[in-house]
Amino acid sequence: MRIIIVGGGKIVYYLTKNFISKGYKVSIINKDKEYCELLAREFNSLIVNGDGSKPKYLEEAEANKADAILALTGNDPDNLFICQLAKKEFEIPKSFSVINNPDNETIFKSLGIETIFNTTKLISLLIEQRIDTSDVNNLLAIEEGRVNISQIILRETSPVIGKTLKEIDLPEDIVFGCIIRDEHVLIPKGKTKLLLGDKVLIITLPEKQGEAFAALSGEQL
Amino acid sequence: MYVLVIGCGRTGAYLANDLSKAGEVVVVIDSKNKSFKNLSSEFTGFTINGDATEIDVLKEGKIDKADVVVVTTNNDNVNAMVAQIAKELYNVSKVMVRVLDPEKEVIYKGLDVMTITATQLLVDRFKEEIITN
Repeated sequence: MRIIIVGGGKIVYYLTKNFISKGYKVSIINKDKEYCELLAREFNSLIVNGDGSKPKYLEEAEANKADAILALTGNDPDNLFICQLAKKEFEIPKSFSVINNPDNETIFKSLGIETIFNTTKLISLLIEQRIDTSDVNNLLAIEEGRVNISQIILRETSPVIGKTLKEIDLPEDIVFGCIIRDEHVLIPKGKTKLLLGDKVLIITLPEKQGEAFAALSGEQL
Repeated sequence: MYVLVIGCGRTGAYLANDLSKAGEVVVVIDSKNKSFKNLSSEFTGFTINGDATEIDVLKEGKIDKADVVVVTTNNDNVNAMVAQIAKELYNVSKVMVRVLDPEKEVIYKGLDVMTITATQLLVDRFKEEIITN
């Protein structure tokens, strides 16, 4: 896998480290000359100092051989331009873009950018969930949030303690992934009994998540 | 005709002035309030102070009602985004855009957007003048 990373602050350093450890080939385009020098000292990667929304710098970063492009600048029009240029001119199959203005999600999607990181939305979602209840953890949103994996810790207030899965009256569209009890991971079956302190991983549709939390924690969200 | 002009620099303002004088309905959007000083006393249209890459600002400019959208800011990437929103999301029948860096014109390939690259126009004209005469 060959990835081009355009823009981004310190995150580029850690991303690159991570990608390289996975065996990916990374090239970086960044406007900041000093930062490029630092990256060049750290990594044996192709580092291009320039504006990633200009075709010549993408070419220098070997865009014609890349499998994916990652646009991380703090400017949404720049990110859109970078991803579209990568697609149209260099036929890079996968484009990932950060967006800063949450309203741009639909725009980017209708203009052909496959994967969008809506940072503002993600951060506010995480904070809202933290404030709602600390016993509920949203672990992962899959397929752009169409499916969620969440973890709920069963407290005294939970109406399901001591019951088997079969006995619980759960709303539809909720699947038990696993139960973490102390250090052990249990794959739940119908006769598995839920105990106080269990961490329950559930897979739900986002619209059913509230119902699922309420059924398992006994609290209304 | 209802014309929405994005960017009120020299190009946008001159165009807005002329269109307004010719009797067209013109609305100009610019992110800097002081840019509207470029408009002349002949301009009788409306101005909106805001970032045209924000969908709410374009809605305020009634982009859905526009017959023509002319995008003239001094940033190619902003222009590309606004032009595509106008064409692809709002199906504006005529979208025209100013291109500053000729290298960036490729982004409009396959789109029903009219591009004008000032640099290229000048170069072609100069060249023609030099070579033919």
